[in-house]
Amino acid sequence: MKLGVIVNPVAGMGGAVGLKGTDGAQVLAEARRRGAIPRSPERAVRALRKLRPLRENLDVFTCPGTMGETELRECGFVPKVLDCGASGDSESSFSREHTLRGVRLMKEFGVDLLLFAGGDGTARDICEVAGESLLVLGIPAGVKIHSPVYATSPESAGELALSYLSGSRIPEKIAEVRDIDEEAFRLGRVQARLYGYLRIPFERRRVQGLKSGSPASDWVAQQAIAAAVAEEMEPGVCYVLGPGTTTREVADALGVPKTLLGVDVVRDGNLLGKDLGAEELEDLVKENPVRVVVTPIGGQGYILGRGNQQIGPNILRRCGRKGLLVLCAPEKLRALEGEPLRVDTGDPDLDREFEGYVRVRTGYSQESMYPLRGW
Amino acid sequence: MGMNMQTKLRDFHQARWDEPIIFELSAPGERGILLPPAEEEVARQGAEGLEKIPSYMRRTAPPALPEMGQMRVLKHYLRLSQENLGADLNVDIGQGTCTMKYSPKINEVLAANPALSELHPKQDESTLQGLLEMLYKTEHALKEISGMDRFSLQAGGGSHAIYAIVSIIRAWVDATGQSDTKDEIITTIFSHPSNAATPILKGFKVINLYPDAEGRPDFEALKAAVNERTAALLITNPEDIGIYNPRIKEFTDLVHSVGGVCSYDQANLNGIMGITRAKEAGFDLCFFNLHKTFSAPHGCGGPGGGVIGVTSELAKFLPVPLVEFDSSEERYYLNYDLPQSIGKVKDFYGSVPVILKAYAWILSLGQEGLTEAARVAVLNNNYMFRNILKIPGASAPYAEGEHRVEQVRYSWKKLKEETGIGTAEVQNRMFDYGVHYWTSHEPWIVPEPFTVEPTESYSKEELDEFLAIMKQIVKEAHEDPEMLRHAPHKSTIHHVDHDYLDDPAKWAMTWRAYKKKYTGYFEPKS
Repeated sequence: MKLGVIVNPVAGMGGAVGLKGTDGAQVLAEARRRGAIPRSPERAVRALRKLRPLRENLDVFTCPGTMGETELRECGFVPKVLDCGASGDSESSFSREHTLRGVRLMKEFGVDLLLFAGGDGTARDICEVAGESLLVLGIPAGVKIHSPVYATSPESAGELALSYLSGSRIPEKIAEVRDIDEEAFRLGRVQARLYGYLRIPFERRRVQGLKSGSPASDWVAQQAIAAAVAEEMEPGVCYVLGPGTTTREVADALGVPKTLLGVDVVRDGNLLGKDLGAEELEDLVKENPVRVVVTPIGGQGYILGRGNQQIGPNILRRCGRKGLLVLCAPEKLRALEGEPLRVDTGDPDLDREFEGYVRVRTGYSQESMYPLRGW
Repeated sequence: MGMNMQTKLRDFHQARWDEPIIFELSAPGERGILLPPAEEEVARQGAEGLEKIPSYMRRTAPPALPEMGQMRVLKHYLRLSQENLGADLNVDIGQGTCTMKYSPKINEVLAANPALSELHPKQDESTLQGLLEMLYKTEHALKEISGMDRFSLQAGGGSHAIYAIVSIIRAWVDATGQSDTKDEIITTIFSHPSNAATPILKGFKVINLYPDAEGRPDFEALKAAVNERTAALLITNPEDIGIYNPRIKEFTDLVHSVGGVCSYDQANLNGIMGITRAKEAGFDLCFFNLHKTFSAPHGCGGPGGGVIGVTSELAKFLPVPLVEFDSSEERYYLNYDLPQSIGKVKDFYGSVPVILKAYAWILSLGQEGLTEAARVAVLNNNYMFRNILKIPGASAPYAEGEHRVEQVRYSWKKLKEETGIGTAEVQNRMFDYGVHYWTSHEPWIVPEPFTVEPTESYSKEELDEFLAIMKQIVKEAHEDPEMLRHAPHKSTIHHVDHDYLDDPAKWAMTWRAYKKKYTGYFEPKS
């Protein structure tokens, strides 16, 4: 079997520093200036480790440096490195042209499965070349994961690839590639666009569902939830409001502005800071007790670690399970079709602390007891 | 020509009358009955009677009722009835969760008997002994069926009963000094939504449990939800998807362990009547729907009967009056002496004609008959279950390989994926074959849902007719989906404009609201 591996080495860098994405050289430079460190190579390694049992039997094709070669070698593979134009130092010189050329070459070599690590931008690039001609699976590593072409975690991606490459019969599915306009995203508007389709191996529990927006009928529920949360806020406590339209209603109920896709902090009804990166956030709340208010990503159920990476492990440890307020309109919860809510804090031990059942606020005096799992 | 007995498909067409609203038919001065002028003495007494009503409550202008002759009124309502598919007209098993069984017509005759219909609720008890005996004996039968110690027959429907039950729980919490410590009520997402709605009106917070992978209430979620703040568990079993929860006693035990009480929503009694009881499952309260399980008609939204049963510990909170029997004087009487009662929940004794129909039904079947009714309901349901699963595109999520109780929640998810035709389109096409089914199972946790509940009343021939219609529609979904998207073609109307349903500003539940919203007839008060 032939396996192709492409890592977008800069995917996800914008997330932890509050940039909502890393598309384009300018934003990447800003992310670096803010001290972002690459996270996709590490996530690719977590997936590739699962494939070790097939080390001897696989023909592996990849791109130079951290676009795949480095990660594969770390896991003990000896890949065939394709000349996609990237240098050994692929991270600092990364360009989407390298991805496009890499996919083109893999198509020529006829890989049976292309594993890629990145976000929605990466999926778009792959889709542009591969379309439905290649079987593809995403390792979630970007800031924006709106397309349901990703496994639910790096490990799930590895496991699913392992069973496919070992000859198990895995159903295939055509999945949408969606992305949002990052410019509009930074201005507080979600504008998802459909860019095409990829063919993916599909196992219900291992591949992420399509993100769904909030239907209009949920708006009333969101207001009811927000009114209750605002009423129950305790004095002197810092409330970290994660991204989303539901959390924005909380800010509205308090009469303060909210960055739709950023992380803001309120205390005693006042806005303390808006659109904060991880370090600013930690600094701002260090003097007070802290609660974290989040809402799941539509259709996926992630409440931590997707689109709100600014809320880092330190804050989450301080707020703990009891200080985590999960808000979700009933229809959005139903759209999970019984799948659990999920956390992916980047720290598996911390994820385990949040696992179990969580009270989800679904209305003014309504809650649901809902399962919560780590990746 | 008769229906095709081979295909079992009817060539049906519903009546279509562009019938106006009755208010629009009104002709000023037109009357149904012209009454002779009142005699002087009668007129005088009438006027005196009016004087007793405070002036601020007296009308200065007559009510704006429609003015019509008798014959026009009769035609108006007959035309409307032709535009309906009632339980006495169609194979009404598609209205799952509603237990649309046969309402014996002889019971209508009994309820219309002047011995009952001419009674006045304010008559002296001594002249109502027969009525009170009937109420007392109905309660006795319900106690046997549930194992509960006392019943109130007052509430007029299921949600009304749940609200009364939650009121009792509130009264119990307050009377036992737990007002500050018990403020949470747990229910499940597949229980009737009134279980989640009514506690909020009584100041409780509601925690909903989602089903586990098998579709049953998630016991682990209950464990996570139960705490010292838990006042009560309100739960249905089997839930609306038709799967029985055999661990129900563990649920009630767990809630009791933190001092909470348990209420059994027995709207789905029909498959377990005479087989399991609320008492043995550990419940403190329960209710039955007389208009579902006990054969009284649904009455198009009322009046029905939601009878509430409680253990002796909670009997003191029941609505007043209770019907008692004094064995020394051999007389029945009304007991208002319940100082901790939640009060009245309906005027007088409840919907007496409905209670009478249920009583007659219980007596006609007896203990064995009730159990047999439940068994046949389950048999009919599992016959439908096996046959619907053979229809391509239909599925029944959860508990694969198990039997179901009295109903099943199915899904057209696969059909939708294959043809683009979902449950809404199937529903609209059902009308063209003279039957109806409904899809109001929000939230759609089961995707593209429909629920079939055949009850014990239907013959195999009718069940097969319903199956044939569904098979035909699935065939059409593959061959001509476009035609289905425009269905119904042979019904009273062809298209419902959902814009009106989605926007509360456009709703008009009464003629007055309609005039206000659409014609500006009533000016808003400044």
